[in-house]
Amino acid sequence: MCATCGCGGDGVRIGEAEHGHGHGHPESVVSDDGRSGDQSHSRRVELEVDLLAGNDALAGRNRRRLDAAGVRALNLMSSPGSGKTTLLERTVRELGAEVPCAVLEGDQETALDTDRIAAAGARAVQINTGAGCHLDAAMVARGLDALDPPPGSLVFVENVGNLVCPALFALGEHARVVIMSVTEGADKPLKYPHMFRTADLVLLTKVDLLPYVEFDVARWVGYAQRARPGVAVLEVSATRGDGLDGWFDWLRGLVTSPVTSPVTGSVTTAGSPPPPPAPG
Amino acid sequence: MHELGITQSVVDAVTDRLGPSPVRRVRLEIGRLSGVVPDAVRFCFELVTAGTTLEGAVLEIDEPEGEARCRTCGTAFATSEVLPLCACGSADVEVLGGASLRIREVELVAREGHPGDVRGAEVD
Ligand SMILES: Nc1nc2c(ncn2[C@@H]2O[C@H](COP(=O)(O)OP(=O)(O)OP(=O)(O)O)[C@@H](O)[C@H]2O)c(=O)[nH]1
Ligand SMILES: [Mg+2]
Ligand SMILES: [Zn+2]
Ligand SMILES: [Zn+2]
Ligand SMILES: [Zn+2]
Repeated sequence: MCATCGCGGDGVRIGEAEHGHGHGHPESVVSDDGRSGDQSHSRRVELEVDLLAGNDALAGRNRRRLDAAGVRALNLMSSPGSGKTTLLERTVRELGAEVPCAVLEGDQETALDTDRIAAAGARAVQINTGAGCHLDAAMVARGLDALDPPPGSLVFVENVGNLVCPALFALGEHARVVIMSVTEGADKPLKYPHMFRTADLVLLTKVDLLPYVEFDVARWVGYAQRARPGVAVLEVSATRGDGLDGWFDWLRGLVTSPVTSPVTGSVTTAGSPPPPPAPG
Repeated sequence: MHELGITQSVVDAVTDRLGPSPVRRVRLEIGRLSGVVPDAVRFCFELVTAGTTLEGAVLEIDEPEGEARCRTCGTAFATSEVLPLCACGSADVEVLGGASLRIREVELVAREGHPGDVRGAEVD
């Protein structure tokens, strides 16, 4: 696999397109500071290389490109099956006429989610990561090439279902949305703090199932706030429709707000309050 | 397993910057709050370095802790947790540092008789 960008000869596929970004990893990400060693038969080289710098640089490039086109992008992260695509289908149907929506779908295999989004009426491109368990900035760059989102649109990037890896890899998004469903248990923000601590919005879905599972919403809100003090929190049901107006308002706020979170949200220090897009 | 990609980026960075010289030792810094598991990197290292200039190199990993400061009682303490609790019971704790993820230093095998040769220079 190509590890600087993570994109990989290990089988990452974008829509029908070919792997064609030429592996031009930015040269400027590393700086070495050599000095001669004093041990015989060896020399030591100080090499201060940030291991995420390559991805962060590509994320910055994605962000500049999105900004130039007046496009806002969201990175949607959750465990598998929490309801990301269902929420996006509904969003495309109900908000799409007002705000143009386009979707990058990340999954290890299949174009099932892309087909669902297309059927709902939005432009969508599938990114299959093969063995990869998260999207990175290089994959998203290629996905954006294929998606070619119209100016003024909202791009939803549905990350690979995984509450661990995607947290480290900035994509160039303007906001990070962490989604979880009521069947997953209220303790997840504390168990997966890396994911939650950089969220701009934490969204609880499948609330229509609350009567059937033990899930203390107030406790969950407390945990989410502990992981990310001040974070915006929404509760929705994508199937029954509860709370969707709040979600749409939050999205409208993102579209109209002056920007937003830093490009390299990857390894930030916890505790800095998120820049909430003004709702409504 | 993002550690596989992270480890691969170590190999890429070293071979990009230091060319064909065989590597004897690599020192990384993986902060306790970085979200990367050092043991997983160690596991991947052997796999990923096979057939490269880093094959057989010793891998050393520094694991700095984060610094926490309780906003309730003011106590400062070192922590390995992303969401630490203060001894006073407060969860309102500010955490700084401990999230680094980088290569610190590489030791190359130098040729006999040229113990102090300069970086990158090919010496005959
Ligand atoms: N009851 C209920 N079920 C839901 C809701 N949202 C999604 N589901 C169901 O949850 C299952 C998974 O939904 P998806 O939208 O495919 O989840 P996903 O997060 O996109 O899944 P992956 O992309 O595979 O990670 C489906 O059976 C949905 O019908 C909801 O609000 N309420
Ligand atoms: Mg999906
Ligand atoms: Zn991963
Ligand atoms: Zn991982
Ligand atoms: Zn305290």
